Amino acid sequence: MARFLIRRTAALIALLIAVSIITFLLYNLGPADVAANTCGKSCTPERIAQTKVALGLDQPLITQYLQYMKGLLVGREMGPPSGRYHCDWPCFGRSFQNNQFVWDVIKQALPYTVSLAVGAAIIWLTVGVSFGIIAGLNRGKWQDKLAVATSSFGVSLPVPLIGLTLILLVNTKWQLLPYTTSASTWPWDPPGPVAWFQNYLLPWLTLAAVFSAAYVRLTRANMIETMGEDYIRTARAKGLPKRTVTLKHGLRAAITPIVTIFGLDLGGLLGGAVLTEQIFSLPGLGKTSVNAVVSDDLPIIIGIVLVAAFFIIFANIIVDILYAVIDPRVRLT
Amino acid sequence: MTAQELPVELDFAGHQLSDSDAFLQVRDLRVEFPTEDGLVKAVNGINLDVVRGTTLGIVGESGSGKSVTSQAIMGLLKGTSAQVTGTVTLDGQDLVRASEADMRKLRGDVVSMIFQDPLSSMHPFYRIGDQISEAYLVHNHVGKKAAHKATVDMLARVGIPNPASRYSDYPHQFSGGMRQRAMIAMALICNPKLLIADEPTTALDVTVQAQILELIKDLQKEFNSAVMLITHDLGVVAETCDSVLVMYGGQCVEMGTVDEIFYHPEMPYTWGLLGSMPRMDRTRQARLQAIAGQPPSLIRVPKGCVFNPRCRFTEHVKDNACREVHPELEQAAGSHFVRCHIDSAERKRIWSSEIVPKL
Repeated sequence: MARFLIRRTAALIALLIAVSIITFLLYNLGPADVAANTCGKSCTPERIAQTKVALGLDQPLITQYLQYMKGLLVGREMGPPSGRYHCDWPCFGRSFQNNQFVWDVIKQALPYTVSLAVGAAIIWLTVGVSFGIIAGLNRGKWQDKLAVATSSFGVSLPVPLIGLTLILLVNTKWQLLPYTTSASTWPWDPPGPVAWFQNYLLPWLTLAAVFSAAYVRLTRANMIETMGEDYIRTARAKGLPKRTVTLKHGLRAAITPIVTIFGLDLGGLLGGAVLTEQIFSLPGLGKTSVNAVVSDDLPIIIGIVLVAAFFIIFANIIVDILYAVIDPRVRLT
Repeated sequence: MTAQELPVELDFAGHQLSDSDAFLQVRDLRVEFPTEDGLVKAVNGINLDVVRGTTLGIVGESGSGKSVTSQAIMGLLKGTSAQVTGTVTLDGQDLVRASEADMRKLRGDVVSMIFQDPLSSMHPFYRIGDQISEAYLVHNHVGKKAAHKATVDMLARVGIPNPASRYSDYPHQFSGGMRQRAMIAMALICNPKLLIADEPTTALDVTVQAQILELIKDLQKEFNSAVMLITHDLGVVAETCDSVLVMYGGQCVEMGTVDEIFYHPEMPYTWGLLGSMPRMDRTRQARLQAIAGQPPSLIRVPKGCVFNPRCRFTEHVKDNACREVHPELEQAAGSHFVRCHIDSAERKRIWSSEIVPKL
């Protein structure tokens, strides 16, 4: 176990370094002239040169990267020679656009994304798995056909269509929920849990719709496969009641692969649900990263990419550990 | 003699079938699976009896209906698309018409089954001991402690060393032979009166195979169980069975005592089976004589005798009857029944003059 953790943590760090290098290179090899964009339209060449120095863009790429990594690990000094200032650990640098520290931007945006992702995950896991089980156990019957048809439909719907339709119907036409422009991050923040719930309900449903559909299909397929296994026949041959056969022997094996997929999906979403956040104006990591890309805000982009990559790799490790708990055949080495 | 009268008049393995005291009686058992390609007639009118304390071997190649027959008897086909007709009488109770709830109470208690491939037949996520005591708990009103003790005793009985500590192992931690022993312990934990063993030694190496068969025999003696042994290994049959039923294409083509089937077989398919046992005292080319051709389609069952497309002896019958008329299962001797158009005397002549010298 200890060896496993050490090995996987080393791999996590190596992967993050690789991700940071690739993002850094991709961006700097691109056509965007950050300094010119930052100082505006009527900018003199001298001003652009000054901006470059201020942002540290005059340095060679390798120096820029090493400076960045130093900041990440221990913090660093930043800014033009005239006005140096300290950027605390973990220093992801400052936004080119509004000079905010990137870490502050991420800390601000992350709770929205977490609220959105976790809420949606609870919905899609409940809906997807339970309907998947019902469909799988009633293969070929109306319950199955209904679930398969609905999930095929759900999988093929684009997120913007679901989101905008929900807004149009629930908020505008039926006026069941109020429009909110300033979302609260946590249920215990003002103006309270009811407002928080009302604010996130439609985003949750939108995000959960697509995932639920996929999970119904996944659970159904797993359930059908498991119920055809030899050990299910053995369980029946022992004279166990149908409930025990289905739930204890069938479901236990069928949901195991779902743990893997769920961990990876949730890990991926914590890096930002771009479309859903954009549609519902939730200032989470997804929306922040879109804004950053549009305005060539390199430090924000690298920061969010690194955080997203961390969540995905970390989720992988958690899934592997969970798997060893669930499946006695798996040993962590 | 018609097919309907057959079971009543049969005298099989020395027991009168009509008022038979046989523990298990199967009469005209048919199992059909509707598929998109047509109706699959997996089992087509099987009659058999098993007396307590004796062993019936069912032999035949893959797809001959051996396993489906056993699953129909166990009631494992209830709730599937399979259509099961005929009667299966166990200790006076008809199992084909029994409800799934009634059948469930019998399964694992009165009738139990040893499956082939114990690795896939055991749940990978649960401890071996728990899987066995689960079967004990569901049929006995006892606490977990008593079930645990019964399981450890049973594990010891089937020859698993350190049963108390192996109780907590998972199936993947057992060797193949140990897993099959555990599977047997699971089947025997409630002292079943009928034990169906579906190719119990197929996945095992030969030394372990002999031990497992010996174990089944010993436990059979101890509990006076009726045993149905399904296999395609004639060596296993010769070693363990009292009587044999040879299946081909979902039908019984020959049945009798072990001596009758091994020393006086009269059906060309049985000859083929006996000939297909490898002989080490022959040259490499002559060691193994396969039966030419493919097993029959169970959707479009061959007209006439089900074995006729692969039979080498159809010229011995007049009027092309092998391809036109379906032969009945007819009595050849006291407990020996054969489904073949060839004249009985002629069959005996072919066996002794043409088949035996080549075996």
